[in-house]
Amino acid sequence: MSAEVNAPVKQAAPKEALFSKKNRKALFDPLDDNNPISVQVLGICSALAVTVQVKPAIIMALGVMLVTAFSNLIVASIRDRIPGRIRIIVQLVVVATLVTLVDQVLKAYMYDVSKKLSVFVGLIITNCIVMGRLEAYAMSQKPWPSFLDGIGNGLGYGAILVFVSMIREIFGSGTLLGFKVVPQFLYDMGYVNNGLMMLPPAALFIIGCFIWWQRSRNPKLINVS
Amino acid sequence: MHSNNYTFAFAAILTVIAAVLLAFASEGLRPQQEANIALEKRSDILRAVHAKPINPNEVVTYYTKNVAELVVNAKGETLSGLKAFDLVLKDEYEKPENARQLPLYVYTGKDGKKYYVVPLHGVGLWGPIWGYVSVKDDFKTIYGAVFDHKGETPGLGAEISTEIFQKPFEGKTIIDDKNNFVSVRVVKKGQKVEAGPTHMVDAISGGTITSNGVDAMLLKCLKPYLPYFEKLKPNAKP
Repeated sequence: MSAEVNAPVKQAAPKEALFSKKNRKALFDPLDDNNPISVQVLGICSALAVTVQVKPAIIMALGVMLVTAFSNLIVASIRDRIPGRIRIIVQLVVVATLVTLVDQVLKAYMYDVSKKLSVFVGLIITNCIVMGRLEAYAMSQKPWPSFLDGIGNGLGYGAILVFVSMIREIFGSGTLLGFKVVPQFLYDMGYVNNGLMMLPPAALFIIGCFIWWQRSRNPKLINVS
Repeated sequence: MHSNNYTFAFAAILTVIAAVLLAFASEGLRPQQEANIALEKRSDILRAVHAKPINPNEVVTYYTKNVAELVVNAKGETLSGLKAFDLVLKDEYEKPENARQLPLYVYTGKDGKKYYVVPLHGVGLWGPIWGYVSVKDDFKTIYGAVFDHKGETPGLGAEISTEIFQKPFEGKTIIDDKNNFVSVRVVKKGQKVEAGPTHMVDAISGGTITSNGVDAMLLKCLKPYLPYFEKLKPNAKP
């Protein structure tokens, strides 16, 4: 035993730090340089639908983050054992199981929010972010970086959702998280809530403006296409 | 490349794990989910009679204190020994008319007046729609209406669950001057109900099938209660 322990280990790779440069990149890149919505242009559909108010947007973002993180983790841990010919099906089963769990938990403990999100929780299964990250990242990376990549993409998605929903709720309903923020005297002076903000196209305009702003500011995104 | 046997075994094991996990989650969370649905039903009934406070913790106590549950049949007789709240409306309406046991909720307001809440069940475009309509003690004027749905199109059919659609029902009448049942019809612009505008409510543009569903639901579900209402009228013949 002792001989083995003392023997110089030549071939073992140096243990990677939990938050090495590469792992930090996996976690933080999706927030800006590689944002799933504004750069990868994935998951637009739900971003239009659930951003009328901030609270459902936050819950949806948390749901997506949990699903991307844990499906990445699970798929990355069994990636060498997944038969190549059915890998998409396997990924889908993992994702669908997780989404159904999230849906059931929401129905049990956050019934009103789950009603507001209606079909969109179930549609996380078909959210391109989840499958996209599984194919592009988790199938070829170790579990921990994959988990971080999932968290990062969930956060990047959530950041856009919360940003868009804040604008829509303030200008569409005059509230923020249900609290009144537009003072009454403005209404008395003739200010009215913007009805367009309540409708899905508003989200498209806001996301469009965000992409414009992001590209003008971030040199990495100019002419990448 | 993995062998065929390996692929099949892998798929089988994965399926079993996923199935067991979901079965446990579904069974474990069911009591909580059913409690949520029952709570929603109670708050819907209370909303149909504009009853507040709707503090989520007080709904059950408030409901039990102010709402009486009845079961009536097609002849207008009350049936005892049945729990109205647990009756499944969909199943009752599949039975022949005479065998139906229909729940009715009677709310007593602060002023002592009684409001009769009729539960509704029908079909929309994509799935079931339901609701509660409260009738004043003249047995023809609608006091409040609440509608909900399983999965109608957001922005179109789903608008039946919003106040914009529900509010106009208030004050409309279901019985005309000649004492005939007309219900409240959900109509498009240009359509007319012979009995007059107090029997008309605007349909939703783009949600025609759901609107028609609400229309049919009101026709179907209000009528069976009329014999019972008839008996409650002060000048009713015994």
